Amino acid sequence: MSAPTPVLFDELGPRGRRRVRVATGVAAVLIAAVVVAAVLRLHERGQFDAALWAPLLDPRTEEFPLVWQRLGRGAAWTVVLGAAAMVLSLVIGVVIAVARLSLPTAGRIPLIGVVELLRGLPVVVTILLVSVALPAVGWDSGPQWALVIGLTLYNCVIISEILRAGVLAVPRGQVEAGSAVGLTRGQVMRGIQLPQAFRSMLPALISQLVVILKDTALGAVVLTGLDDLARQGLQLRTVLNNGLQTLLVVAVIYIAINLVIGRLAVVLERRLSRSRSTSPEVEEAEQAVRA
Amino acid sequence: MEPVLDNLDLYVSGFWRSLEIVLWAAAGSLALGILLAAFRVSPVPVLQRLGALYVATIRNTPLTIVLFFFAFGVPAAFGVTWDFFALGTVGLVVYTAAFVCESVRSGVNAVDAGQAEAARALGLTFRQNLSLVVLPQALRTVVPPTGSVIIAMIKNSAVVGAIGVSGDLFSAYRRMASALGYERLPSIAGTAVGFLVMTLTAGAILMVVERRMAVSR
Repeated sequence: MSAPTPVLFDELGPRGRRRVRVATGVAAVLIAAVVVAAVLRLHERGQFDAALWAPLLDPRTEEFPLVWQRLGRGAAWTVVLGAAAMVLSLVIGVVIAVARLSLPTAGRIPLIGVVELLRGLPVVVTILLVSVALPAVGWDSGPQWALVIGLTLYNCVIISEILRAGVLAVPRGQVEAGSAVGLTRGQVMRGIQLPQAFRSMLPALISQLVVILKDTALGAVVLTGLDDLARQGLQLRTVLNNGLQTLLVVAVIYIAINLVIGRLAVVLERRLSRSRSTSPEVEEAEQAVRA
Repeated sequence: MEPVLDNLDLYVSGFWRSLEIVLWAAAGSLALGILLAAFRVSPVPVLQRLGALYVATIRNTPLTIVLFFFAFGVPAAFGVTWDFFALGTVGLVVYTAAFVCESVRSGVNAVDAGQAEAARALGLTFRQNLSLVVLPQALRTVVPPTGSVIIAMIKNSAVVGAIGVSGDLFSAYRRMASALGYERLPSIAGTAVGFLVMTLTAGAILMVVERRMAVSR
């Protein structure tokens, strides 16, 4: 959103435009001052020394290939772990959503309890719980599965809520039309309600998938033995002794991966939206869920 | 559960410490988030772009990396000597503010354009328009999503603890499991219950507030 909101002010007149120009100048000067102060401070403390940056940016140093080999492996692990958790969360999320929509009230209550419990726990605690509980029940899963299962437990519930809102927003007439031509309830759900829910909730689903990818970084906090990007960054930081620089590069890699997911989402959305007509109810539900 | 009950004071004091993080971070992220939202709806292009850049960068960075940045990058690079309670809280504020900004901005944008136009047609000034017409309506749409952002922030505060604040709910688990040598499962369960108390209470408060506002519409 770069165009000014038309709600709050008129098209600006000469006086208003002058005021905006002044404000722009003042803001630019202030921002520049903050940036300059930060840069000076960093410079003073030697944070721009080539020695701190070279292992990350200069291909001629001997560390460079090793550093990027590790960062590359970390990024690959992050994508694999994230993708596994995304797929599992989507599949289980659909099952939970359908179960909640089609079970009789009595059967729904325990399900709602579990959903609320999982939603109320911090993911990082869930991951730790899983990593402790799995060996206790006799599955020595390793940190990778603990992370994936922990992320799945949290996110499948969120995804089921998104899909449920999407299904509920499908106009009643659609369901009635399905029943009228003799489809069973399951067929209506599979053939009519879920596809529309998926399509209308795509933006919310995608941002949840980005959340999953980001949350794989939590493994580095509470699990040992992972090789993902966050962990690699932490280890490189101690080896290279340049926390600021390494973590900046790691952050840029995460941002790049997420922007790619965002791009894919735009492409997918365009594909799907060919036949799409968004009803106001769907939009409302979408907003409610994204909140 | 017995080990937890035997060391209940450890968890209770941890709970208060965690709540302290949450309250500071809530105040900070609301203030910074509203400021950023103001930037994004202002007529000044520089500020709009600054707000947009901030949101795009922070939203795509994992919280873990933001917090590592404040724990391991900032102190050495800038010569800051705060403890991690302060640094971690600032990190949490920086992260959460991006989400607060987006929910506030979408609320302001959701106010029907005709409302502000009508106010202008009646001759209200910019300030009257904003304070009497637009903001009261925006507030209503802003509260539910912002509340969800704050509840998510409460859950995220666990990460601050996990990275290394001393004396909070997470360090209660650490102490139980390592120094005191209890079983890990009940120890972490105690921490989980502590966080559940916080998130479920916050959820209940949000629901009451939402219902109030819905009535006054």
